[in-house]
Amino acid sequence: MANATQPTAASDERIKEISAFRKAMIRPELGGIVGTIAVFTFFLLFAFDSGMFNSQGIMNWSIVSAQFMVIAVGACLLMIAGEFDLSVGSMIGFAGMMIAIFSVTYGWPVWLAIITTFVLCTAIGGFNGWIVIRTGLPSFIVTLAFLFILRGFTIFLPQVIERKTIIGGILDVAEGDWLAPIFGGKILGGVFTWLGDAGLIATFERGTKQGQPVVDGIPMLIVWAIVLILFGHALLTKTKFGNWIFAAGGDAEAARNSGVPVNRVKILMFMFTAFCATVFAVCQVMEFGSAGADRGLLKEFEAIIAVVIGGALLTGGYGSVLGAALGALIFGVVQQGLFFAGVESSLFRVFLGVILLGAVILNTYIRRIITGER
Amino acid sequence: MSDDSRFHHGEPANAAPIIEMKNIKKHFGRVIALAGVSFDVKPGECHCLLGDNGAGKSTFIKTMSGVHKPTAGEIYFEGKPMRFEDPRDAIEAGIATVHQHLAMIPLMSVSRNFFMGNEPETKVAGISFFDKKTADAVTMEEMRKMGINLRGPDQAVGTLSGGERQTVAIARAVYFGAKILILDEPTSALGVRQTSNVLATIDRVRKQGIGVVFISHNVRHALAVGDRFTVLNRGQTLGTATRGEISPEELQDLMAGGQELAQLEGSLGGTV
Ligand SMILES: Nc1ncnc2c1ncn2[C@@H]1O[C@H](COP(=O)(O)OP(=O)(O)O)[C@@H](O)[C@H]1O
Ligand SMILES: [Mg+2]
Repeated sequence: MANATQPTAASDERIKEISAFRKAMIRPELGGIVGTIAVFTFFLLFAFDSGMFNSQGIMNWSIVSAQFMVIAVGACLLMIAGEFDLSVGSMIGFAGMMIAIFSVTYGWPVWLAIITTFVLCTAIGGFNGWIVIRTGLPSFIVTLAFLFILRGFTIFLPQVIERKTIIGGILDVAEGDWLAPIFGGKILGGVFTWLGDAGLIATFERGTKQGQPVVDGIPMLIVWAIVLILFGHALLTKTKFGNWIFAAGGDAEAARNSGVPVNRVKILMFMFTAFCATVFAVCQVMEFGSAGADRGLLKEFEAIIAVVIGGALLTGGYGSVLGAALGALIFGVVQQGLFFAGVESSLFRVFLGVILLGAVILNTYIRRIITGER
Repeated sequence: MSDDSRFHHGEPANAAPIIEMKNIKKHFGRVIALAGVSFDVKPGECHCLLGDNGAGKSTFIKTMSGVHKPTAGEIYFEGKPMRFEDPRDAIEAGIATVHQHLAMIPLMSVSRNFFMGNEPETKVAGISFFDKKTADAVTMEEMRKMGINLRGPDQAVGTLSGGERQTVAIARAVYFGAKILILDEPTSALGVRQTSNVLATIDRVRKQGIGVVFISHNVRHALAVGDRFTVLNRGQTLGTATRGEISPEELQDLMAGGQELAQLEGSLGGTV
């Protein structure tokens, strides 16, 4: 053993120097970044004249993307923690309906209706998580049950109480409320007026709004999306709790043995997912002025797809909030872009399926690189 | 088992044990995994727990590390009765465990694994953040001490070899001031070179005054570093022997419960 050729660990000849390319591959956001560039390149080339990139068009796909982002952040952290929530879409419908029932039917102040709904929905999310932990059943099944339970109540309650499935009139009762504008308002109106006056963005040419910019501010939904993304990203990568999220999803048993409170982490992530769904619901209700029994349909899958496009592993323990946000952006841009380009909207589903499959295959490959299986 | 007389329960104490487990029983429903096992660990010794697969070794050390609560039996930690409600309690008391299959999370970086459950924090504007800089620096330094040169603190544990993973886990336990280090079959999946690295690490850890519990079903590995040896067979202990009191053949016999293996060994020419 004492000969001179004994390799030191520093320059073990069998460990290949990892190439810059492979290093970049390991970043979970990679798929999202490449996808975003590809999607924008495509639409800039083929749909530039469609109005997709004027102020109104940009606002259009930004809002749709922001919707996806809000629910993707929750789904992302939950997936990294090793669980799914299939009840997100039903939760959106349910939360919206509860706000309408509390404020319109029962006449509560809107702020109270919103806060009560947040408490109720995060509690249901926590209950979901508690059942998953307690029974040891896959979250897939438990939340599938809640997909039906919540949707059922969302249809049943307004029918019993108001004899209809859509409750409107929320904007009237929200008039003057202090909390409602946090979800339904717009910011930076002055900037857009200035942009309009300066001729940088289009203004209305006639009618009562003549001279006003066609885009009159940034909806709070977009602000929520940005805040949630920044919060989720910081939580995941910059805090102790974030390390626990990775650990809980990477290997719950190993994490527990190291003293990580896995159950608490998972239940909190279920609650956060429900919180995000409720944010989505409140913004939507404030935008439409009504709550409908069919709101939020299929949103759980869209959130999960955005997260997977963003590089997270379906098996947990790996992923990125920024990646999920890019996944949501791709989602929104393509959905609206195809609309602008006049492509038959059913083709969007084809696109979704293809990109989902591609993303999952890519992620599996990346996982092998990380764990050194090849 | 005529050599039974060689075993005697407990050694004349030259140091007080850090932990003393008395008559530990553990039942899983109708399965009796442990039928009354006594075991103790002194500072600076390597106490080997030997036994064949299914003997109850992992179950036993899990009662020591707070994963399982014993069905019956007493645990004394530094002379005082102790009950561990969960692994955190045991870790806080100073019992670090490297579990057989589940020590590390392959998808996470070495530095995140190293500090898993013990993350250092810094405050920025009143909010506590994970102190990645410290975590990375400490990880690199501790790994260097153990003779592992990482590409970087962000290298995923999945890219490390089995021996390196064991070493990371051991380094982690030592760094966090463990009084007792439990290693559940750290060498069972390793090659010759990696095994000798791990055994050397055990020796280094022991010299720092830490009590090491080394689980193995390989007598040669145990004899290479062990100070005392306890054999577990079908959930029961046959007592504890001190180094020099017992031969490899006798240990082997006790582990397998005697006869059959002796016969097999005869027919294979003593290579088992
Ligand atoms: N959680 C459990 N539930 C039921 N039986 C178990 C459990 N854990 C271990 N056992 C049983 O206890 C016995 C001892 O297992 P174990 O401690 O893992 O053995 P060893 O580590 O010595 O190979 C085995 O028969 C095993 O099937
Ligand atoms: Mg075992």
